[in-house]
Amino acid sequence: MNKLLLASTALAAMTFATAADAATKIQWWHAMGGELGAKLEEIAADFNKTQSDYEIVPVYKGSYDEALTGAIAAFRANEQPAIIQVYEVGTGTMMGAKGAVYPIYQLMKDMGEPFDQSKFLSAVVGYYSDTDGNILSLPFNSSTPMMYYNKDVFKKAGLDPEVAPKTWKEVEEFSQKIVDSGAAKCGFTTGWIAWVQLENLNAIHDQPYSTKANGFGGLDAEFTFNNDLSVRHWENLKKWQDSHVFEFGGPGGGDNAPPLFYSQECAIYMNSSASRAGVINNAKDFEVGFAPLPYYDDVTTDPKNSIIGGATLWTLQGRPAEEYKGVAKFFTYLSQPEVQAAWHQFTGYLPITQAAYDLGIQQGYYEKNPGSDIAIKQLTRVTPTENSKGIRYGNYVQIRNVISDEAVAMLGGQKTAKEALDDAVAKGNELLREFQAANE
Amino acid sequence: MQTKRTVFPNRVLPYLLLLPQLLVTAVFFLWPAAQAFWQSFLREDAFGFKTTFVWFANYSKLFADPNYLNSMRVTAIFSISVTVLAMVIALLLAVTASRMLRSSKVYSTLLVWPYAIAPAIAGILWWFMFNPTIGILTYALRAFGVNWNHMINSTDAMILIVLAATWKQISYNFLFFLAGLQSVPKSLEEAAAIDGAGPVKRFWTIVFPLLSPTTFYLMVINVVYAMFDTFGVIHATTEGGPSRATEILVYKVYFDGFIGLNLGSSAAQSVILMLIVIALTGIQFRFIERRVQY
Repeated sequence: MNKLLLASTALAAMTFATAADAATKIQWWHAMGGELGAKLEEIAADFNKTQSDYEIVPVYKGSYDEALTGAIAAFRANEQPAIIQVYEVGTGTMMGAKGAVYPIYQLMKDMGEPFDQSKFLSAVVGYYSDTDGNILSLPFNSSTPMMYYNKDVFKKAGLDPEVAPKTWKEVEEFSQKIVDSGAAKCGFTTGWIAWVQLENLNAIHDQPYSTKANGFGGLDAEFTFNNDLSVRHWENLKKWQDSHVFEFGGPGGGDNAPPLFYSQECAIYMNSSASRAGVINNAKDFEVGFAPLPYYDDVTTDPKNSIIGGATLWTLQGRPAEEYKGVAKFFTYLSQPEVQAAWHQFTGYLPITQAAYDLGIQQGYYEKNPGSDIAIKQLTRVTPTENSKGIRYGNYVQIRNVISDEAVAMLGGQKTAKEALDDAVAKGNELLREFQAANE
Repeated sequence: MQTKRTVFPNRVLPYLLLLPQLLVTAVFFLWPAAQAFWQSFLREDAFGFKTTFVWFANYSKLFADPNYLNSMRVTAIFSISVTVLAMVIALLLAVTASRMLRSSKVYSTLLVWPYAIAPAIAGILWWFMFNPTIGILTYALRAFGVNWNHMINSTDAMILIVLAATWKQISYNFLFFLAGLQSVPKSLEEAAAIDGAGPVKRFWTIVFPLLSPTTFYLMVINVVYAMFDTFGVIHATTEGGPSRATEILVYKVYFDGFIGLNLGSSAAQSVILMLIVIALTGIQFRFIERRVQY
């Protein structure tokens, strides 16, 4: 009995001792599950080891949706974390919430941390900056869509496995050849139909997605993505679906697209550069080729940069001052080329600083891993134009769902491409007006 | 009906005994319901910085919104299909199982099993079997020339969620029908048999009418189940798609509120749902209480 008492007192004393000189704990809510989550926790642990004043506590909050709504609910209850990872479609919502967000450029200045946003890739910075060009959140995991293809199937169909289709015309030709020769059941499939086959389509072809500089110029933007290019492309998707050149991978993120590619049913697969790790792990029986997204060569001969997806880290207001000091230190740590490069190379997300990219080149990473620099090259191939620097809208989570729904209605034969896109524009504009009314 | 009155000598004790239940009701029902009611008159940004009182704007917008009207239609189709299917199949199974002499226990046990499965898991199970790429049933259907794809085809999607939701509810209905059948006096049936009534006639003229309290009770329960407890099934399978073809009212509340962050509209929708539940409960009390006593 005495021993037990002694032991518990000792234990209690120890807990007190650690509590007394414990570092300031900083909550970081994120949405990275599986291997990505493990890697993220490793980064936090590494930072905690470099100093003893602050402790970053990563908390996995489920999907991006759940992390964002969780953080908003927490904010309303005054229990918010200091750092929250928000996906790119939530950017408009976060920017609208001026009192909730501690802009990173402001944070770094207030805390006296050196921070130079020009070190980040301009395609990334542009997406997350306010109208004055100040960056509001820290880029962490940015990706951009690209093309993966099955070299073995290409060979079987009598195509040169080293030559990827460059244009949509070639995608159609190659796919038709693949289907006709029986090398695979379908030509290509895609994840994130709204992101890849509409947002990026318009950016690459330098077409405006809406008025007001793709929403960067104000909350009163009106969608214009029902243009000739989009209609033509969506009509093609429907036509290609009927001839098995294209197979739909599911709404939203397109959960069925990866298995279609992994099981060699589809020869070509368009999805985020962050799918790279998954593709390499799952493509056991065949060789994978990597290529940029295709374009219509009669619309443009000079394809612009693709736009990004993924997430950034936002700092929320209302935490004690010493926490922000730690957040600033942590952000400095995260922006180091070594940390960035390791994360980028492990995950397939983009190296978001020029230095991290250069480091990878120095290490010979891209030579050893062919295709791993396709995404970054596609993203930086030109100076972003007003139409290719990204999009910014409130309620875009819902709007992207509307677009995905309309795509499904079109592919299901209930609507023509024109009707589907017109309806998406109409519904999208309604949601934009709602956001405008609630935030102006 | 005669009411019995128990008189408690202590005036405080009865309230004290009721207190825990009242507290639970207040905290988990009255308080959130009141909040939803209040919020349904507001327009707010997600973080709650700007709040405008908009009277009935959220409601009037809902009834002008084709998506909401579509959701009502979807809910009607879905709950009627689930209720009818689950009850007819359960009744059929109960009648057959009760006829078995020795194996009736085994059948009953087996038939009750699906009830123990969580809605989300039931949904995933059916989703997996019907998966357009890897599903075994899709593969089998293809042999009959049916190209099943619930990701594009809205009819396929509706069939999928009706199947999953029905399958889970059959067990419950089965149990009640079986108990109901056992309480039908054997003497009545035997008397009818002696008078020369065949089994079908006996069922429709004697057993079925005597089962009516059970049937009516189950009908209300099944409608409530289909409308409110099938969230897990839908979330795990179609997520309301394709293009909102399987978005029942409850799912829309979640989607608009938690994904879309449109709290005012979501609150208004949940108030409407609350009214529907109150109506259903009212029907249940009025009619069942009356018809059970005969």
